[in-house]
Amino acid sequence: MQYSEIMVRYGELSTKGKNRQSFIGRLNGNVAKALHEFPGLTIRPKRDRMHIELNGEDSTAVMDRLSQVFGIQSFSPSIAVAKDMDEVHAKALELMNETVPLGSSYKVNTRRSDHDFALDTNAMNLDMGDYLTDARPDLIVKMKDPDFILRVEVRHEAIFLSTTTIKGAGGLPVGTAGKAVLMLSGGIDSPVAGYYALKRGVDIEMVHFFSPPYTSDSALAKAKELTAKLAPYVGGIKFIQVPFTEVQEEVKAKVPEGYLMTVQRRMMLRLAEAIAHQREALAIFNGESVGQVASQTLESMAAINDVTTMPIIRPVATMDKNEIIAVAEKIDTYDLSIMPFEDCCTIFAPPAPKTRPKTDRARYYETKIDVEGLMQRAMDGIKITEIKASDTFLTQAQDVIAELL
Amino acid sequence: MIYFDNSATTKALPEVLDTYRRVSEDFFANPSSLHALGGKADSMLQSARKQIADLIQAKPNEIYFTSGGTEGDNWIIKGTAMAKRQFGKHLITTNIEHPAVINSMKQLEKLGFDVTYLPVDHRGFISVDDLKAAIRKDTILVSVMGVNNEIGSKQPIAEIGDVLADYPNIHFHVDAVQAIGKGLMQALRHPRVDFITFSGHKFHAPRGTGFIYAKTGRLIDPLMTGGGQENDWRSGTENTPAIAAMAKALRLLLDDEDAKVGQQQAVRQRIYDHVSQLPDVTMFSQLTPDFAPHVLCFAIEGVRGETIVHAFEQHDIYISTTSACSSKKGTESSTLAAMHVNPKIATSAIRVSLDEHNTLAEADAFNQAFDQVYAEFQKLSANRKETLSAI
Repeated sequence: MQYSEIMVRYGELSTKGKNRQSFIGRLNGNVAKALHEFPGLTIRPKRDRMHIELNGEDSTAVMDRLSQVFGIQSFSPSIAVAKDMDEVHAKALELMNETVPLGSSYKVNTRRSDHDFALDTNAMNLDMGDYLTDARPDLIVKMKDPDFILRVEVRHEAIFLSTTTIKGAGGLPVGTAGKAVLMLSGGIDSPVAGYYALKRGVDIEMVHFFSPPYTSDSALAKAKELTAKLAPYVGGIKFIQVPFTEVQEEVKAKVPEGYLMTVQRRMMLRLAEAIAHQREALAIFNGESVGQVASQTLESMAAINDVTTMPIIRPVATMDKNEIIAVAEKIDTYDLSIMPFEDCCTIFAPPAPKTRPKTDRARYYETKIDVEGLMQRAMDGIKITEIKASDTFLTQAQDVIAELL
Repeated sequence: MIYFDNSATTKALPEVLDTYRRVSEDFFANPSSLHALGGKADSMLQSARKQIADLIQAKPNEIYFTSGGTEGDNWIIKGTAMAKRQFGKHLITTNIEHPAVINSMKQLEKLGFDVTYLPVDHRGFISVDDLKAAIRKDTILVSVMGVNNEIGSKQPIAEIGDVLADYPNIHFHVDAVQAIGKGLMQALRHPRVDFITFSGHKFHAPRGTGFIYAKTGRLIDPLMTGGGQENDWRSGTENTPAIAAMAKALRLLLDDEDAKVGQQQAVRQRIYDHVSQLPDVTMFSQLTPDFAPHVLCFAIEGVRGETIVHAFEQHDIYISTTSACSSKKGTESSTLAAMHVNPKIATSAIRVSLDEHNTLAEADAFNQAFDQVYAEFQKLSANRKETLSAI
């Protein structure tokens, strides 16, 4: 079926009162970015819905992209028909034949913005119902919870028909909630935390600590590849890589084994905070889940959190590992996350880290290292790149491979 | 040269061999090696896996590389037997399967497993009702070929899948060695099909490579144990060049599949129409939709199949007696025997098997040669009759 437009229903933003205009504006921008590879489209953001005129572009491909844009509750591909009831009947039947299986239940739902049209809402519902009862006797009319709803919209330019409503990604348009940094390790949890941050409209920048030669280029490539997996939700994400070798070596040399991990994490959090200030971000997101590992007990969190007053948001804090994995699979980061490269959280991991570290002990051991100097040198070595959805990092020689296959 | 023995093997395509050579040169490292060269080879391997998965509408982790059809059949059957032996020891197959299936079953029988071999009707089809009746509480595997290699009958895979929907614990295996690229993808990907065997050299990839599809959640034991390649399911250093070549061959094969199937049907029909009208000719393959487009099996009464094969060879045309695997032994075709074809006629059977590159012009040339071969043998048998009557 050649659809003429996709009608988009806004998510929560309808409830946002005065901010509505800026929300719609942001969503419009995000939609345009997500659909930039379809030059034929015309996007018309209205007060209560957005209309995307397809002008011959492939509706399936457009809807695939659209389903990743936050701030959309649902969308429906529709066909435009001239305001002639014979044509409306014919097109409606064609549409129903293609999308509604034999024996389904349905109802007709009319909306009218052109109040001059001969049939009013009720008359339209009745007329379409009459016609379809004759044309598709297999269908059952059902007002409550039907299998399908034939939506008829009488607008000034034409009458729009649709039978399909596809659930959108929900959430808020990315950017409407401000900016934060995400501590991205390369494991399963942090990309999921990033997904939830984006879903609530937060524009995130990735902070990734790497420790060559203890961690490989592959580990860095994997973190970038994970970033690319989240990029479609926003268009592009900044990737901030922080050299961490010196910090880890220094901590390893000066701090007792039981507190290695705690002090390392405190250094990471300090650096994340410094980067957030520099990047004008307001909060730090991470993938910590209560009790999952030694560094994520409440005692550990308290001892680590001690270095900053910036809000730390932990979207997966109360989720079970299986729940996190289910989301990771949904957003297609799981297979990447389980690739076996050492990251800087696993190297120098003491055999028996303290699960109940004391904040004052951590503070005391830190006096043995040059916190200021280490921070400064790490900050000086930061490298920032912009990562897009189409970028690949892990798979080498991808062009050659594609050509050979 | 006219090559009409594509069910035995196909000729590797130049562009496929080009990939084989370049991957051998540039991606030679062991994909399991940690260094960058190993990573590069692994990328090639995983890209090939993904391409194959996409082409058969599966997930990459459902594709396992093998050395070919025989290994795939052996693995799925014996691997199921090993993995599920505590649940039951009964397996169901047909009596027209490829020897890779039949002989795996026979081996399992020696180990105490119980196998039901379903019969076929005179046209070469099993009955879904027979299958349903054969299912027992302790049945662990149903193994049925997609397309018979000797006469081309398409077995009712989707219907069997529907029956097995009520028996979720039975593994359902389809040997699709002859079925790939022949317009059967929809039946093969019936949601109830758990395992599928594919062989590379039947679709213009190099010899010694193949793959199986194993549905997520369905477990079999490995046959090849060792270094843990293929997710610990099939050890042995991966044959990266052949696998890449096979991924490319599969892409080329399935590109515009409908048109290629139509082409093979047309070539087959031209030969069928010509030879079937001659007296003494018995057709075992039919033109009906339940036969694959590329196999044509028939017999000229009174002349041994191998004699005809050699006669065509004189015309630079290459066909076979029934299946290449049994033809050298001179045994009669097992499929025709299962169809209760008179053994005298069965030993006269020959098979023409096409690929998507065969043309109508080749069919015409074949028909012309056929007339000559046929006339020679008519003369011979006429002489013999005369001699006989003179005595």
